[in-house]
Amino acid sequence: MTLLRDIASGDSCRLLEIGGEAGFRRRLLELGLVPGTHLRVVRRVPVGGLVELEVRRCRVTLRTSEADQVHVEKD
Amino acid sequence: MTVATAAPLVALAGNPNAGKSALFNRLTGGNARVANYPGLTVEREEGRVRLGAAGEVRLLDVPGTYSLAARSEDERIALFAVAGLPPLEAPDAVLVVLDATQLARHLYLALQVIELDAPVVVAVNLVDTLAKEGLEIDRAALERDLGVPVVFVSALTGAGVQDLRATLARVLANPDSARPGPRWVPQDPRLLGWIDEVGSAVPADWHRSNDRRRRALALWALLSLEEGDELTHVPESLRRAALAATDAAKSALRNLDEEIVRGRYAWIDEREGRFVRAKSRTGLSATDRADRFLLHPALGFALFVGLMAVVFQSLFAWADPVIGWIELAFAWLGDSVRTLLPEGLLTDLAVDGVIAGVGGVLVFLPQILLLFFFIGLMEDTGYMARVAFIMDRLMRIVGLHGRAFVPMLSAYACAVPAILGTRTMERQRDRFLTMMSLPLMTCSARLPVYGLLIAAFAAPGEGNPMTQGLLLTGMYLFGTFMALAAAAVLGRTVLKGKRMPLLLQMPPYRRPHLASIWRRMTTRTGIFVKQAGSVILVCSVLIWALLTFPRSPPSDTTAAAIKVAQAEQAERPSPETEARLADLESEAAGEQLRKSYAGRFGQVIEPAIAPLGFDWKIGVGLVGAFAAREVFVSTMAVVYNVEAAADETNVTLRERIRDARWPDGRAVFTPLVCLSLMVFFALACQCMSTLAVVKRETNSWRWPAFLFAYNGALAWVCSFAVFQGGKLLGFD
Repeated sequence: MTLLRDIASGDSCRLLEIGGEAGFRRRLLELGLVPGTHLRVVRRVPVGGLVELEVRRCRVTLRTSEADQVHVEKD
Repeated sequence: MTVATAAPLVALAGNPNAGKSALFNRLTGGNARVANYPGLTVEREEGRVRLGAAGEVRLLDVPGTYSLAARSEDERIALFAVAGLPPLEAPDAVLVVLDATQLARHLYLALQVIELDAPVVVAVNLVDTLAKEGLEIDRAALERDLGVPVVFVSALTGAGVQDLRATLARVLANPDSARPGPRWVPQDPRLLGWIDEVGSAVPADWHRSNDRRRRALALWALLSLEEGDELTHVPESLRRAALAATDAAKSALRNLDEEIVRGRYAWIDEREGRFVRAKSRTGLSATDRADRFLLHPALGFALFVGLMAVVFQSLFAWADPVIGWIELAFAWLGDSVRTLLPEGLLTDLAVDGVIAGVGGVLVFLPQILLLFFFIGLMEDTGYMARVAFIMDRLMRIVGLHGRAFVPMLSAYACAVPAILGTRTMERQRDRFLTMMSLPLMTCSARLPVYGLLIAAFAAPGEGNPMTQGLLLTGMYLFGTFMALAAAAVLGRTVLKGKRMPLLLQMPPYRRPHLASIWRRMTTRTGIFVKQAGSVILVCSVLIWALLTFPRSPPSDTTAAAIKVAQAEQAERPSPETEARLADLESEAAGEQLRKSYAGRFGQVIEPAIAPLGFDWKIGVGLVGAFAAREVFVSTMAVVYNVEAAADETNVTLRERIRDARWPDGRAVFTPLVCLSLMVFFALACQCMSTLAVVKRETNSWRWPAFLFAYNGALAWVCSFAVFQGGKLLGFD
């Protein structure tokens, strides 16, 4: 199991599981981050601590600290 | 009215960036009635749509959302409006707008709406951008799979809107043709069992004996309700049933919410290939190319700062001439009324109370319109999502939302448009926190007051020439620091909210739809004029009355002197007599003010403000300043018998103020008192317009009362510390 932070910018991965509290998990699920979905890390902003993902042609940005709740496996 | 409300109601739902607002504008022609949802600060917009021969329908703009599931009160309203749960009216049909380029994600919402079993029409918007994205959609295939009519539209160009009207008319005439039943149906028997258990707790006035609805609302409960959620209007039995089912599933090592969301997305993923064809994309999309610059850590930040500079400059400089014209127009109107009507109390009321009050409301319009133009532009192009992206790190330090930056910056010009601008944040807690802190930013109405006091403090040509500039800069820094500190403190105490994870959707950049930006600018301004304006008007008449009543004729000596001077002036007009007459008249005006309610009030509160170094005349100025901070200057002018039309550059006023003495002969306006007074003005919420707007935006008197109280307490304590501390340190 890999964390989202280990995926390089531009690389893809497959979502395995989202942890964290129910509200946060439900929000991500409903934005299309369902286990089994393929994600692409679009960009990281190290200064702001943000990571932008592409899933189902949509873009979602998370804070790096919260992105640690997202477990993935490399493609 | 009864005939008019009988028109069928169509709810318009869609994701925040699906172009819902532009489509609403297209369909209604820009006319909308705005109100709040009962008990909430969420706006409810309703317009009328002509469907040709089929007559008229009412179109309800449901707040933008990517799911009907709710985690906050604001989000709950989406379900209540679409499903028509009491006390809201049930729509006769639901129109769902989807973004053609992000179909899979947006279909998730459409599936939820179809499950609720109201007639549904799907409008696929932005079809004009499909080719550029290398996408193709098969409308007929989508329609077959969804089981409801699908119309291609472009809200930007208006293409397909006529077709959409016809489809709506057809569906309203034959509702059952657009109620195909749920698309995704759970198959697992245990999952079905849990859903039905929750379904049996759905109240009768929610499901209205429709089993599809009952099951859809059970799914909603499973996705929305949790321990300690803040949702109201949800029956306790339903919450208990949902929590019990979730717990039972957990002990069987299953996540019900995940299974439901996964089920719907699986339905979409299985079919997407049938109706969406993606040509292989060559290179980066336009959005990606733009974001390489706009989100670049250094360059993106620099561009953002540049853009904010333009916004800031426009609020200050571009709005200023227009504000000047409005002020001139109302001054002219006041003068004309004075020449037309006989001198007297009624004329004073009309000119100084009503006309000045209306002018005081309209004077805000240029800045409100400009700010909402920029906010509309940033929202519609998709840049607003990037603002939160860029500012998140900085704003997070004080607990504010990244989007709070634009209102905070606008508050340097004026708190009134800035408070209206907090609308750009979705969460009530973020909006309220921003509203409660931004009035501490140094707005432009404080400048004339600072100008007068700094001049009284250190006259030009005396002492260090840098003092004046440094003082003014210091006041700006002080205000900014206090606003940020207030946000940090309030966010941890009064407005303590659950820490929200940041989840920003980054929409593709789009061409803005100017007509819909214009509609939002005008509705926002209209709301301000009607709702905040009436409060401001009443307050300005009230303050006028406080400064005017009780009427007291000039003392015998002054009256006699005026008579003599008038007679002399009539006989042998000379500049000297004219000047003497003017002096006597200001003296009479000063006497009148000193004996008025405001004057007496100033004397009553003197013990409370004396520890800050203020005498009762300053107290009178503070009452006047409540109408607008800059009025402090003209009120002081009257208190000190300076001719009317004084402004902060008036030399006489400065001299009079420097010459002011306590009864025992000490100077009133020592440098320390000036500093203490500036600190007071920096912090006290001396602005009825701000309070009126907070009342309108929070929909309660509690928040403006709180703002006034905490700003006032802060001002008193800080001024006290400055004055008493300064005295202890040996300054005077």
